Amino acid sequence: MIHSPPSANIQLTADGRLKHFLSIEGLPRSLLEEILDGAASFVEVGDRSIKKVPLLRGKTVVNLFFEPSTRTRSTFELAAKRLSADVLNIDIAKSATSKGETLMDMLWNLEAMASDMFIVRHSDSGAPFFIANHVTPQVAVINAGDGRHAHPTQAMLDMYTIRHYKGGFEGLKVAIIGDVLHSRVARSQIHALNILGAEEVRVIAPKTLLPKDIESLGVSVYTDLASGLRDVDVVIALRLQKERMDSALLPSEGEFYRLYGLNNERLRPAKPDAIVMHPGPINRGVEIASEVADGPRSVILHQVTFGIAVRMAVMSMSISGQESGL
Amino acid sequence: MNQKAHLLIRKGRVIDPNTGRDEVLDILIENGRLVRIAASLDAPGAEIINAEGMLVLPGLVDTCVHLSESSGGRNGSIASEALAAASAGITHLCAQPDTNPVIDNAAIVRLIRERSFKSGFAKVLPLAAMTQGLEGRQLAEMVTLKEAGCIGVSNAGKPLQDTLVMKRCFEYAATFDIPVMLRPQDAALSAGGCAHDGPVASRLGLPGIPAVAETIELSRALLLCETTGVRLHIQQISCAASAELLRDAKRRGLPVTADVSIHHLLLDESALENFNSDCHIIPPLRSRSDRDALLAAVADGTIDAVCSQHLPLGSSSKQAPFPATKAGISGIETLLPLMLLLVEKQALTLPRAIELLTSGPARCLGQQIGHLEIGRAASLCVVDMHAQQTHSEHWLSAGKNSPWIDTNLPGAVRLTVCEGKVSWLSD
Repeated sequence: MIHSPPSANIQLTADGRLKHFLSIEGLPRSLLEEILDGAASFVEVGDRSIKKVPLLRGKTVVNLFFEPSTRTRSTFELAAKRLSADVLNIDIAKSATSKGETLMDMLWNLEAMASDMFIVRHSDSGAPFFIANHVTPQVAVINAGDGRHAHPTQAMLDMYTIRHYKGGFEGLKVAIIGDVLHSRVARSQIHALNILGAEEVRVIAPKTLLPKDIESLGVSVYTDLASGLRDVDVVIALRLQKERMDSALLPSEGEFYRLYGLNNERLRPAKPDAIVMHPGPINRGVEIASEVADGPRSVILHQVTFGIAVRMAVMSMSISGQESGL
Repeated sequence: MNQKAHLLIRKGRVIDPNTGRDEVLDILIENGRLVRIAASLDAPGAEIINAEGMLVLPGLVDTCVHLSESSGGRNGSIASEALAAASAGITHLCAQPDTNPVIDNAAIVRLIRERSFKSGFAKVLPLAAMTQGLEGRQLAEMVTLKEAGCIGVSNAGKPLQDTLVMKRCFEYAATFDIPVMLRPQDAALSAGGCAHDGPVASRLGLPGIPAVAETIELSRALLLCETTGVRLHIQQISCAASAELLRDAKRRGLPVTADVSIHHLLLDESALENFNSDCHIIPPLRSRSDRDALLAAVADGTIDAVCSQHLPLGSSSKQAPFPATKAGISGIETLLPLMLLLVEKQALTLPRAIELLTSGPARCLGQQIGHLEIGRAASLCVVDMHAQQTHSEHWLSAGKNSPWIDTNLPGAVRLTVCEGKVSWLSD
């Protein structure tokens, strides 16, 4: 019979250190905490006048984006540069790979350039796993978002933000609102919150936007915003793509906003000190009102700042994990 | 293969589900014809095959094989896949019409039959496309195709979106008593999906295909079977609810039979962990309880046959992230070994397992094959069920896309005779 190892195994060295960062699922709590602690020390680097440390000097980092992205790609680029790495940006529009060059051919070419790390974004779930399974062992692979599957660095910067504002995860109730079905961010957040010991993770959405059997990931499911937000400490709104209206998942942006959009009034059932997060880019007036996005509870802009530090931590940990394996 | 005119197979355990025979006997084949089955035969000058401790079975019948002469990402030729079939005891295989070009005209049927005859390793029973080009719009020339040698018509897993077209296909086929083979899957409910819509797909972020995509289409087909009276064979069901619909249809006396792929009896959605694209198959591997229900349906007779759903692919077809890989498993060589594995696990009795590979599929296809009949060209196989082997060492199919390729499995075929000719012989 077939016994597949849990999805997370290929991320770790024999002695349990990070060598790829593909998914939060299956990683031990201690490792997630190591990432958060590492990020804390890098936040300080961003405050210096010379924002560089030499941890990745002489290393080549390739940003391999098969799907367009501005924010995630630039934070990875900035993180790599602050670690003194050489950075190569490759944007592969989906059509380019269909010119006849297979994904494998492209990877072998990039390996021949003596790259040390691939930062991968791809529209197919599992693409970074496929790449990590096929690159030479010395190359670290970091998942910058794959299909609906995972966006682990985004989830870790969200965890950093929560720990920064709430001090920890014990006893926390967290609500994730909106398009969970298509969200790699939500899946990674759910794993991270459960591993780090949050008391309860809730998802709030109409049934058309909830994945089948999502409870099995360790969440409570709510379809009503008011009851889902009751007594929560952290509110996370997800981005709603405009395409969702075309595929009969929702009748209109307007009705979605009326039922699930966040404004000050609808946030009332949450705890008074609840923070509001969003992975960006935000759709004002669709999933969140400006009065909330720009209001005192919003920590959305801090998430971006922390994102660079978290990515620096993950990159330096996996490079050193790779080197320890040599 | 060099062979003498007469072949005496001695002291094998002969199982013929068609007659219920299950005893140790000798079998004599003269000039390709099965002439005697008896306790102790003597045939001077005949080549002796010592089958002591082995099984002697009717040639196995595979109800669903996707063949191609290396096109559309598929690998292999009729000859390579027929040899792979012979090595696994299969003498008759039913070829789906989704070849390139599609089997929707008599010339293609002749070509396929010619190539199959030339190779001589297995007899290919072609199915015709139900609609021209499998496009679901115009009826194919079913009668002409039947006369050219097709044993039925099939949708080859392509959805028939238009209910009126489906009804007319059934009516026309029923007029000329042509069996209809249908793999049910609703187009809209399965669009873009690559895995069972359940906890594993939700966690891995793989777009799902819900079980209801199958049951809606199956219900529609069963209702139209009832009103048209067509002989309907349902191919590769994947979920508990489909088995229940079939059980009910049979109870009501509908002229319906069904098969399931061997993979769906052994694997479930958990096989997709780690994005294992060797287990990317349509219909998708479903939940553990679906698998258990399919096994129960196979044991109780609701499902009549188990097939390989053989689809040989080139290596690049699986060298991609899971959703971008082609669906399909190269399964012809592991059909019998995996059935023997189910017997080992006591999920099925040996006679029932053999029935599901011989007289069961023959009945589904409406063909007089899959049994041992005196006086006819012999089709049989001799199987050492106690041998264990890893198939990677002698894999014959041009498609190596199998989750079982490195697994040690029970059973080794020593001899296959296909319509009177030795098609496989090993020590």
